[in-house]
Amino acid sequence: MSSKTVSAASPAGFVSSRRWLVWSGIIALCAWVLVPIYLVALGALGGRQGVYQWPKTGLPTGISIEPFLLFLRTEGVVQSFLNSLGAAGITVALSIILGAPAGYALARYNFHGKDSYRLLVLLTRAFPLAILALPLTVSFIRLGLYDTITGVGLIHTVLALPFAALVTQGIFLGVPKELEEAAWVFGCTRIQAFFKIVAPLALPGIVATAVFAFVISWNEVFAASVLTVRNRTLTAYLLTVLSESPMHYRFAGGLLLILPSVVFIFAVRRYLFAIWGISSK
Amino acid sequence: MANIVIDRIRKSFGSFEALKEVSLTINDGEFVSLLGPSGCGKTTLLRIIAGLETATSGDVRIGDRSVIGLPPKDRGLAMVFQNYAVFPHMTVYENVAFGLRMQKADDARVKAQVEKAAGLLHIEQYLDRYPNKLSGGQRQRVAVARALAVEPKVLLMDEPLSNLDALLRLEMRTELKTVLQSAGTTTIYVTHDQTEAMGLSDRIAVMHNGVVEQVGTPVDVYNHPATRFVGGFIGNPPMNFIKVPVSNGQVVAGAEQFVAPKEAGGEVVLGLRGEAVELAPLPQGLEMKVRVAEPMGSHLLLTGSIHDQPVRVILPASETVRSGDTIGLKLDRNRITWLSPESGKSYPAVAA
Repeated sequence: MSSKTVSAASPAGFVSSRRWLVWSGIIALCAWVLVPIYLVALGALGGRQGVYQWPKTGLPTGISIEPFLLFLRTEGVVQSFLNSLGAAGITVALSIILGAPAGYALARYNFHGKDSYRLLVLLTRAFPLAILALPLTVSFIRLGLYDTITGVGLIHTVLALPFAALVTQGIFLGVPKELEEAAWVFGCTRIQAFFKIVAPLALPGIVATAVFAFVISWNEVFAASVLTVRNRTLTAYLLTVLSESPMHYRFAGGLLLILPSVVFIFAVRRYLFAIWGISSK
Repeated sequence: MANIVIDRIRKSFGSFEALKEVSLTINDGEFVSLLGPSGCGKTTLLRIIAGLETATSGDVRIGDRSVIGLPPKDRGLAMVFQNYAVFPHMTVYENVAFGLRMQKADDARVKAQVEKAAGLLHIEQYLDRYPNKLSGGQRQRVAVARALAVEPKVLLMDEPLSNLDALLRLEMRTELKTVLQSAGTTTIYVTHDQTEAMGLSDRIAVMHNGVVEQVGTPVDVYNHPATRFVGGFIGNPPMNFIKVPVSNGQVVAGAEQFVAPKEAGGEVVLGLRGEAVELAPLPQGLEMKVRVAEPMGSHLLLTGSIHDQPVRVILPASETVRSGDTIGLKLDRNRITWLSPESGKSYPAVAA
C-alpha cells in the first residue's frame, strides 16, 4: 500500500531505487561466485611467492601461467582429469537416457504405485554411501568394475538418476499435453510426437538436468576414492596428493576442478533459457 | 468426405459413467454441435472420436470404417483444440504445414495448401512469425488453418472460441461459418455456448449427464425441446415451466382453453418460451405478477410469477409495464410444449 503511494508521488525515485536494488543484487550474486574463483586463480597463477605473500593485495601482480603448467605436468594430473571427464560423461549420458524416460512416464501416465515409485526413487539416496562402500567394492571386484572409470560412472549415475527422473518429470509436465495430442492428430506416432514436439520444448530443462548430473559426478569424491586405486578421478587424486603438496599446487588443483564446470555450463547456457516460452497460452 | 456413426459408446472413469450408451449419426458434410454444460461428456465423446481417449464399449465409424483401436493419425481427421495447441517452437508457416509434412507432401503442395489456408483465415502476413508474437485470436486462426490445410474428411473442434474475449468470439464465429461452409467438411463442434451452437450448426446434439437428450436443427431444438433440461438450457431467458392442473383433458389459462395431451394425468407442465406471449387485458389473459421489469432497449424483460411459479417473459420494448404490476398474458397456441411432470420429457405435439 505505502509503496504504491510512493510510486504515485515520485515514480522516477521509485524506479531508480528499484533499479539500484536489482543491480546491487546482481553484483552481490556475481561477487559471491566470482571472488572465490578469482582468489583461487590468483593463488594458482601467483606461484610460491604469491601464495605466501602477506598482506594480500588482491591484485594480479607477478602472475604467470608457469606454476599452473608445472602442476599440469605433474604425473597423474592429466590422466585423472580425463578420468573425471569420462566418469562425468557416463553419468550425464546414463542419467538423461534413463532418467528422462522415467520422468516422462511419471509426467504423462497414471499407473499403480506412482507415488510410492517416486518415493522409492528418492529413497535410494537415503542409504549413506559409506555403508555401501564395502559391499560395493566387493561386488565391483567380482564384476571387474573395480578401479575402472565405468564403475565410477555407474555409481555417480546412481547418485544423479533420482534427481534426473524427478526434475525431468517437472519439465515434461510443463509441456502441455494438448501439444502432443495435436501432433498425434496431425499424423505423428507417439515417438515422432515426442521427438518433434516434446523434446525441443523440454530441451532447456533437459540440458539443466545434464549440468546437474555433470556437477554431481565431477564433485563426488568419496565413492571415487573408495572404488579406484590407480584410475583416480581428479577429485580423488587431488585428495590423496595435495595434502602433501605446496600451497600453490593446491590452488592449481582447485582451479583445475573449477574450470571444466564453468566451461561446460558456459557452453550449454543457451539451452538453459527457454527460448520459446513453453506454454502456448 | 465422410459420415460419422457413433454407436452405443460408453465411457466410465472408475465408477463414474461419463457417457451412457451415446449413439449419434452425423451425415457427410454436416456441421453438428455437441452442446451441454461442463461435465456432460461432450469433450470426452469428441476425444473418443479423435482417438485421444478409449471408449469402454461401443463403436465409432468414420466413412463406414470402424476406427476403434486406430491411432489418431490413421483416422483421417483434424482437430482444433481449446487452448489452440499451436507448436511454440515452429513458425506459423510450419505450424500450418505440419499435417502436410507428416503426410510427406511435396514442397509445392505444402506451399499451395498453406497459402490457401492462411488466406482463408487472414494470417498471410504472420507466416514467418513465432506463435508467442501472436494474440489469442491470431493463434486460434493458426490452429484452424492448420486443421484446414490437410483437407480433412472430418474436422473436430473442442470449444475453439472459449478462450477468446466476447467481441473477438463473435467475429471469429461469423468467420468460421463462412470458412467452413466453403470447405464442406464434416464437422463436430463441442461447445457449452448455446449461441455458438445455434448460429453455426446444421444440427445440435444437446448432452446432459452423459446422455444425448435431443438431436435436431437449432430451430427444432429451440421450439420443441424433448426434455425439460433442453428447454431450460437453450434460450435466453430459458423456457418457463409452469405446472398446471388438467380437467376433462383441458388446461385453462385465463379465458382460453388448451387441449392437454392424452397421456397427461391430473397435472401437466406447460413449457412456454418467454417471447411466445403477448399482453392481454386481465380477466381474459393469464395472470402474471411482475416482480421486476427490466427495459433492455430491444425488448422488455419481465420477471415474476404465474400460479406462484417463477417465470420470465419478454414483451416488445414499446409496452409499459412497471415492477409490481399485475398483467394478463395471451399465450401463443402454436408455441406451447407440454411436458410430463414426472419424467420431464415432452409429450408429442397435440392439435391445438
